[in-house]
Amino acid sequence: MRYLPQTKAARKEMMDAIGIDHVDELFVQVPKKAFVDGKCDLPDHKGELEIERIMTSYANENNHAQQNRFFLGAGVYYHHIPASVDYIIQRSEFLTAYTPYQPEIAQGTLQYLFEFQTFIAQITGQEVANASLYDGATSMAEAALMAMRITKRSKVCLGNNIHPQYNEVLETYLRNNEGAESYEANESTDAVQDDTACVIIQSPDFFGKPHVYDAWRKICDEKGALLVVVINEIVSLGMLPPPADADIVCGEAQSIGVPMGFGGPHLGFFACRQKYIRQMPGRVCGETVDADGNRGFVLTLSTREQHIRREKATSNICTNQGLCALAFTVHMSLLGEDGFKQLATLNHEAACKLADAVESIKGVKLVNDTFFNEFAIELPEGNNANDVVQALADKNIIAGYPANENTILLTATEIVTDNGINALVEGFKEVLK
Amino acid sequence: MTNPAPLNDNELESVMEINDRTRGLNYDENLLWEKEHNDTAGVDLVPIAGTKSRTGVAQRGNIGLPQVSEPEVVRHFVRLSTKNYSIDSGFFPLGSCTMKHNPRLNEKVARLPGLSMIHPLQPESTVQGAIKIMYELQNWLAELTNLPGICLTPAAGAHGELAGVMTIRRAHDAKGHTQKTIMLVPDSAHGTNPATAKMCGYDIRVIPTKETGRVTVEAFKEALYATDPKGDDIAGMMVTNPNTCGLFETDIADVVDLLHEAGGYFYCDGANFNALVGKIRPGDFGVDVMHINLHKTFSTPHGGGGPGSGPICVAETLRPYIPTPIVVKEGDKYRFERDGERETSCGRLKGYQGQFGMHVRALSYMLSHGADGLKQVSEDAVLNANYISAMLKDDYHAPFEGPCMHEALFTEKYQAEKGVTTLDVAKALIEYGMHPMTVYFPLVVNGAMLVEPTETEGKDELDRFINVMKKIAYDVRSGDTEKFHDYPQAAPVKRLDELKAAREPKLRWQSV
Amino acid sequence: MSNVKYTNDHEWIKVEGDTAAVGITTYARHALGDLVFLELPETGRQIKKGDDFAVVESVKAASEIYTPVSGEIVEINEALQDDLEGLKEDIDTGWIVKIKMNNAEEAASLMDKQAYDAFVAGLE
Repeated sequence: MRYLPQTKAARKEMMDAIGIDHVDELFVQVPKKAFVDGKCDLPDHKGELEIERIMTSYANENNHAQQNRFFLGAGVYYHHIPASVDYIIQRSEFLTAYTPYQPEIAQGTLQYLFEFQTFIAQITGQEVANASLYDGATSMAEAALMAMRITKRSKVCLGNNIHPQYNEVLETYLRNNEGAESYEANESTDAVQDDTACVIIQSPDFFGKPHVYDAWRKICDEKGALLVVVINEIVSLGMLPPPADADIVCGEAQSIGVPMGFGGPHLGFFACRQKYIRQMPGRVCGETVDADGNRGFVLTLSTREQHIRREKATSNICTNQGLCALAFTVHMSLLGEDGFKQLATLNHEAACKLADAVESIKGVKLVNDTFFNEFAIELPEGNNANDVVQALADKNIIAGYPANENTILLTATEIVTDNGINALVEGFKEVLK
Repeated sequence: MTNPAPLNDNELESVMEINDRTRGLNYDENLLWEKEHNDTAGVDLVPIAGTKSRTGVAQRGNIGLPQVSEPEVVRHFVRLSTKNYSIDSGFFPLGSCTMKHNPRLNEKVARLPGLSMIHPLQPESTVQGAIKIMYELQNWLAELTNLPGICLTPAAGAHGELAGVMTIRRAHDAKGHTQKTIMLVPDSAHGTNPATAKMCGYDIRVIPTKETGRVTVEAFKEALYATDPKGDDIAGMMVTNPNTCGLFETDIADVVDLLHEAGGYFYCDGANFNALVGKIRPGDFGVDVMHINLHKTFSTPHGGGGPGSGPICVAETLRPYIPTPIVVKEGDKYRFERDGERETSCGRLKGYQGQFGMHVRALSYMLSHGADGLKQVSEDAVLNANYISAMLKDDYHAPFEGPCMHEALFTEKYQAEKGVTTLDVAKALIEYGMHPMTVYFPLVVNGAMLVEPTETEGKDELDRFINVMKKIAYDVRSGDTEKFHDYPQAAPVKRLDELKAAREPKLRWQSV
Repeated sequence: MSNVKYTNDHEWIKVEGDTAAVGITTYARHALGDLVFLELPETGRQIKKGDDFAVVESVKAASEIYTPVSGEIVEINEALQDDLEGLKEDIDTGWIVKIKMNNAEEAASLMDKQAYDAFVAGLE
């Protein structure tokens, strides 16, 4: 019971002060039937050593990225994280702080959130950003809801090949909104109707192809709809032009500073035009001054939020991904302007190398010949993508994501080596029919 | 450039500006963008090869990011960290937030490469250990709540609420109960409750609780039958239990019977589960669905506001409707549900499988405490709160009859008579080196002060808090009140101008 | 007889023909404290007596403004959004919206200045 500082004597003293003989007297209002008889049917407490053994044995059953040749992305990316990142985020003052409700003793959190917002705004080419959302999928759903509030319209147009899980989450969020629904459409004037709140474009799209938005921008302007751009590999913005013309840019920033961690916690981001900030979901940090006129930061524009507006709030969100936002901010600070662009270029060059290598395999075709660090390949006829990925996993190659029957998404980040690429090519040659 | 010559009178002021406001251990720290732009980055990446671009779009130009070396980055963030209060540095009695000790063992195990460096879309055969951890966690939560259906995906408490209410909505829709359009919510509820119900398409009906701080059978009946004699238009109720006034809902058994009779579901906000864990099971007082904040009850760190994790636990009747994916065990193999496997599900709520890193930490904590330790957790949490309540009841107005559960509610009533508000008391606590309690919540009393000590404080620390609170009350009683409006003086900054922040929103750095 | 009336939600309303200008009283203005934002409705919206049609925000609160009469919003005072100090009990410039009324009797049944002053005095 190493986490419990109370002593028997202290408990006794405190019970005397309250005027009770037994702690159960404090639970008199709870119905008898709700009490556990004795203890729950679970094992008793354990020491650190035993728990490390248990958790390590679970960990050892997994085949992790360092033990493999690794080419899987599809929205979650394996990047190197500088050592200082984890050191900084494990500082007690960051790790064990709460949401900065008392700004006088939370300037550390508030300033890095302000810096995070600035980074996101600059990288996305947008005017403002909030202090983070849960993940890319929920940030896209929140963007759609926000566009519906602004335009007072109910339809969402999915304009290209968007991450399927993002679409599923959007469906779930829309389901309970009277009349709300999403539909898929290709770039054309007819794609946007009078009741279309927004067009959502992912770039690079789910197959890794980068997109430009000029034509969609024009169509949206003509029809009074908003343009939402989703980014789920934020490193791409070190190389590709920013979606500055979009009304809302949202997505996933896990790639900078946050480990893959089996899918979470990750880091949703959300940026938009200044004129829409009152419709933005989530927490936002702003600059102000203290009683002496010195600069300080506070959570602001909170009248949009649930604790004040209750059922009329812009969202029910009340946390941000504070610590993941810090990891991002530290990593971005280390990268700086030149490092961020160089990292992006290294990713692209690795992907070019990978593309050249797999194109040399007989029968394998690139689905998209433009890409950033990820692209789809079509397998020769008679091969099943799931089976191929599984067969390669048995050879310690995490090959990619089976996007459909005969298509695999392959990713190359700065971590991929020439040896790794050779191993993948050899692996493909062995398992492909 | 600094001038090598001794300072003259004219130069003095500009030099002191350069030397900023750093004094002793109080650091003045500028923004990254205000630091000198370094020639090189704070990382050394391998050189680029110059491969011809295959992106098919133009190359990005200047972004405007800062650039500093690694030592400057580390110093920047370490200096910022010193401006933060945290549970590791002191008492943090923030009501409703359960700021308990965050064991470092949890951090250590969560960073094992086998748990942190795995991808959510890897073949399941390569991540059996990870899925098994989630399965184990499901079992622990099911036993602790006596609610057998568990979905671990929600990313936070509010996200868990969304999952829970969507589950309710899906169940009603599946049965064709479309007339059920109203969610009952007490006025003492967290703001997330009505906000969530609204997101699920429900109208909100408020149950008043001002009189006793509790949902009484009378008030409940009035709300339940207001528009339909059988309460047939009621989808459910969202009640926090113990509630936000720190009280157990004494009428809960009768209230739930009436609700169930009307075909409604009981959503229990699990924010206050720390008062019950290991001792009392919500499934045994009628709860149909409940979210659990792993970052409160199960010690995963709050991290300055996140990441959290808010799994939901539901009764057998609601099990078919919970979000996807859940973990299933087949023989000795573990897997996630396949797409479309459970068509009654209310859908996917988040990318991938949830905040796995938090699942690992929570399980590590549960194993540490075990059945015996968790029971002691709730008992100590409740004992600590009642001790504070008993010791301060003559200095601060306690609006409702006790005993309280794991948090003690006071108001500003006695102090307000002397012109000192709850906000002033909070800022005075900062002056004495403590984090304030939750202020102005719940909304059912004026100037609320909600104190949650948690079980990870010993009597010494509680006594120090009690003494500081008594000193504050003494100063107010003796009319020594002027100073309160200027507190805090000793914090890194003084009171901040929130009006200016909201009127002229400045949400990012911009070059002048 | 004055054509300005008052409500117990602390709004004033000035009737001219079938159109009513609606604003908030000095008492409400004082209670709200320092304002940071005014959210206005769109013209053309139909509202019923008791509906909220605008929101005033201070730093930590958002307060809805309810209409004392039913009808169509025909004009909004956008100038107030840039000058929140102008939102006050000024019958000529401090109005928030103008409503073309469906039912003039709704206005007639409201309090006059004397009754409202007595009502406010009773609150203090």
